[in-house]
Amino acid sequence: MSDANLPIDRRPWLLLSPALVFITALVVIPMAFILVYSFYENIDLAVDVPAFQFGNWQELFTDSYYHTAIWKTLRLSVIVTVLAAVLGYIPAYVIAMTKYRHKWLLLLLLILPFWISFIIRTLSWIHIFGNQGALNGLMNLLGLGDLPIQIMYTEFTVIVGFIHVFLPYMILNVYVSLEGIDENLEPAARTLGATPWQAFREVTLPLSLPGLAAGSLLVFVLTGGSYVTPLILGGPSDFLFGNLVYDAVVTELNWPMGATLSFTLLFLLGSVVILYSRLMGMNQLAKAFG
Amino acid sequence: MTKKYDSVTRYERLREAVGNGDVDRRTFFGLLGSAGITAGLSGGIMTAMARQARAAGTELHFEGWGGVVSEALRKNAFDPYEAATGNKVIDATFGGENEVLTKVKAAGSTDGHNILHSSGITWYKRWVDNGYDVQLNLDNIPNMSNVMEAMIEPFRKITPDGLSAVPYDYGTTGIAYNTEHVSKEKAMELGANLLLDPELKGKIGGWGGDWANRAWYGALQSGQDPNDIQDWDAVWDKAREHRDLVLKYWSSGAELMDLLAKGEIYVTEAWSGRVAALQAQGHPIAYMDPPNGLAWMETMFVMKGSPMEEAEALLNFMLAPETAIAVAVGQKYPPSLDPTKVDMPEEVKNLPAFDPTGKLEGLVFRDPAAWNPHEKEQGKQWNRVQKGG
Repeated sequence: MSDANLPIDRRPWLLLSPALVFITALVVIPMAFILVYSFYENIDLAVDVPAFQFGNWQELFTDSYYHTAIWKTLRLSVIVTVLAAVLGYIPAYVIAMTKYRHKWLLLLLLILPFWISFIIRTLSWIHIFGNQGALNGLMNLLGLGDLPIQIMYTEFTVIVGFIHVFLPYMILNVYVSLEGIDENLEPAARTLGATPWQAFREVTLPLSLPGLAAGSLLVFVLTGGSYVTPLILGGPSDFLFGNLVYDAVVTELNWPMGATLSFTLLFLLGSVVILYSRLMGMNQLAKAFG
Repeated sequence: MTKKYDSVTRYERLREAVGNGDVDRRTFFGLLGSAGITAGLSGGIMTAMARQARAAGTELHFEGWGGVVSEALRKNAFDPYEAATGNKVIDATFGGENEVLTKVKAAGSTDGHNILHSSGITWYKRWVDNGYDVQLNLDNIPNMSNVMEAMIEPFRKITPDGLSAVPYDYGTTGIAYNTEHVSKEKAMELGANLLLDPELKGKIGGWGGDWANRAWYGALQSGQDPNDIQDWDAVWDKAREHRDLVLKYWSSGAELMDLLAKGEIYVTEAWSGRVAALQAQGHPIAYMDPPNGLAWMETMFVMKGSPMEEAEALLNFMLAPETAIAVAVGQKYPPSLDPTKVDMPEEVKNLPAFDPTGKLEGLVFRDPAAWNPHEKEQGKQWNRVQKGG
């Protein structure tokens, strides 16, 4: 009997159907509404009329104001991702390789920040970097320099705020990846004459790349979609594309333009996820959160 | 025979009882319950009140500007009102009414939004135009008779058939400066241009949340009448000049106070009451209203779908002279009450922008006819300028 004559197995679709229904109802349909709304016309503050016109999209493609925001968003997302990867790998390696009996305690410390509000964690930097903050206070105590040093409301504080909030995602993914590596591989490399650094570089690092990639994807997407951190910790120049969405929806009360910008952000970040999926697959992310 | 009181009278009497401090809240409700049982099940007021007390009453959602303003309202208005009525006031903070409008539009209902500490005539008109207004029964708000006519009239022009809000306070947006870093002479000499002083680069702030506020100052700095702006380009050029000197655009009164108190900024435009609060805390912050500085008034706006009788009772409670004065002292903004009708204590008379005549003729308010038509275009322009555009 040829394959064409085999009965179609519908079981996978039946098993997938609850998830598909949820995704359709909670993601696909709302996003379709947003896409439709992007063609509407805003005639006055908070007054939109149904239409099919490309004015909002035309403005997006032709106005350098939006292009600058996209560039700033991608640039800052890359900076935060790279720094998070470098800073996150070390604690992840330590947690994975430690012989400490209470490893769970280290993991608990890692997820502890999630129990505190994201806003509170972001605001806390004002008390550290501010003119009357801990850092200036410490420098004053040590009699250093011309104080206070203006640290707050700069790109630096925005980056610090992002790393503070998103670093656990990176550490968690890298840790899961490192945990999956056979612990005899590095010693085996050493017995074959590799130095500790060579063994790490040639064996451990390549094998942990999927975790690093998964963590990077999460940090990149989360940073790219943020708007609160620059609002709290940044100065006038420190804004991301998300801040333009906020402006359009909340301050200009122009929902069609907000919808256009939202869909653009979704497309940009979605493209990164699709690219990752093509290159790496989604298994690693599932492991980290599974 | 049990005499039936209307809600307003009932609340007035209860407020008086609790306000006198004769009974604490727990005792008050205990007595109320007992009195209800004593009164029997004849449908008397005390039984109804006891039931209400036991059921924790109606919930009213209030949204305002946060910080010292919220604290003042909570302490002087909401807590005593809750104690007196058994109703509950749930108060929240917003960065601006546009946030509320966005939420209401997104939800498709006004659930969870009852009373807003609303910003003047412009927003009153917007809420009305969007169909979120109500018609207050002023018979239930007898304390409205003490409110300045000069503050009621602009709102009555918008809704001649009935008000959806009661005027509550007024103030100015002037310039605050740190006296340890900026001299009074310099501030007086420069006026609105103090915000453009290159020597203070990196120590200047501004309100990011309101395009019209920035435009008002841009008009002053470019030598124009803010209520008759002819050259918008000149206005935004001044805003750009300001932007290049700014460390931070603040988005709430609490943030404004924090930036000034911690010395992050030395100069900013600021709300008079917030500066008065900082001064009361002992911070070296001075305040000036430049010529043609911006004055504004605020209302307590009742949203469509609110429990009207309870909302009206709360408004009446808030407008009672002792409550309104206590809130005014707390939030540092003069109350809407007419000083020729209500005796004001020295603390209120010394507040910035206080007008003893009750006519407000010395203050310059935003003319909605001059400003509203430009809001869509110029509001968008400000968002761009703010971000370097």
